[in-house]
Amino acid sequence: MTTAEKYVTAAYCVVFALVLLYVVIIALKLQRLEREVDAFATRTVPQPDEDEEREPAQVG
Amino acid sequence: MWRLSRGREPLQNCDNCAPVERSYRIPLPALAVASLVLVTTALALVFFVAPTDADQGFSQRIFYFHVSIAFTAYLCFGLGAWKALLHLWKRDPNADLESYVGIHQGVIFGSLVLLTGSIWARISWGHWWLWSENQLVLFLVLFLFYAAYFMLRFSVDAGPQRANLCAVYALFGVVLIPVSFLAIRLAQRFIHPIVFTRHGAAFGGWIMVTYLVSQAAMIVLAYTLYRVELSGKRLDARLRELRRAFA
Repeated sequence: MTTAEKYVTAAYCVVFALVLLYVVIIALKLQRLEREVDAFATRTVPQPDEDEEREPAQVG
Repeated sequence: MWRLSRGREPLQNCDNCAPVERSYRIPLPALAVASLVLVTTALALVFFVAPTDADQGFSQRIFYFHVSIAFTAYLCFGLGAWKALLHLWKRDPNADLESYVGIHQGVIFGSLVLLTGSIWARISWGHWWLWSENQLVLFLVLFLFYAAYFMLRFSVDAGPQRANLCAVYALFGVVLIPVSFLAIRLAQRFIHPIVFTRHGAAFGGWIMVTYLVSQAAMIVLAYTLYRVELSGKRLDARLRELRRAFA
């Protein structure tokens, strides 16, 4: 591999690495947002109470 | 004041100017696939199809991505400035966030221009950087100007005042784009190669095809990343609004 070939490869690897790093950062941020939405939903949406008696309903 | 927004957008309160989901013609997965196909095709053309330059040799292959990324960075800064103008002019509630994301993309692509340019300079000139080159220094000034945009944005509390300040700053920066682009043509003494002259491009054939595909790849990639980042930022803003409403 000549010096020019090494430098050209390095240049394209730099482009790839930086774009990949950006995508990883965005993915981590989206994961954090997803966790926050889940936590928020758990706090605000009332959970069904398992002990609560269900009202009888007519079937048929 | 309440207004009915376009398309899928819900009713919103313009006094708060919270960003809302905009409807786009091209879905994000289609853009991601297009980016992948175009970048792969561009790489194949760069390394297997484009002829080796008689003057610069193998190192000229950096040009395909370096120039494409530079034009894409200019486009991103231009988009940021256009959205800033829309914010000041039409008070578009989405424009501030879109301007911010556009400038963020411009800074990312700008850093890629500086890195790939330095590698090319090392092969061709034997130096990583030359302070005597107007094109290089003016691009660095443009890059640093927009990098300072983030210092301004994060030093002011969120709200209409921050949006206005950032919009004015983004608009001032756009003046540097033509200066940076024309610097090489206006300079008396230069060693940076000129590929686009007044009479058109200084190349043709497969070199032109490879360049055009690379340019399209970079623009589509930048737009895809812009949309992904914008979705994340909007989700973040909406979550903050919800938390405030339920607090």
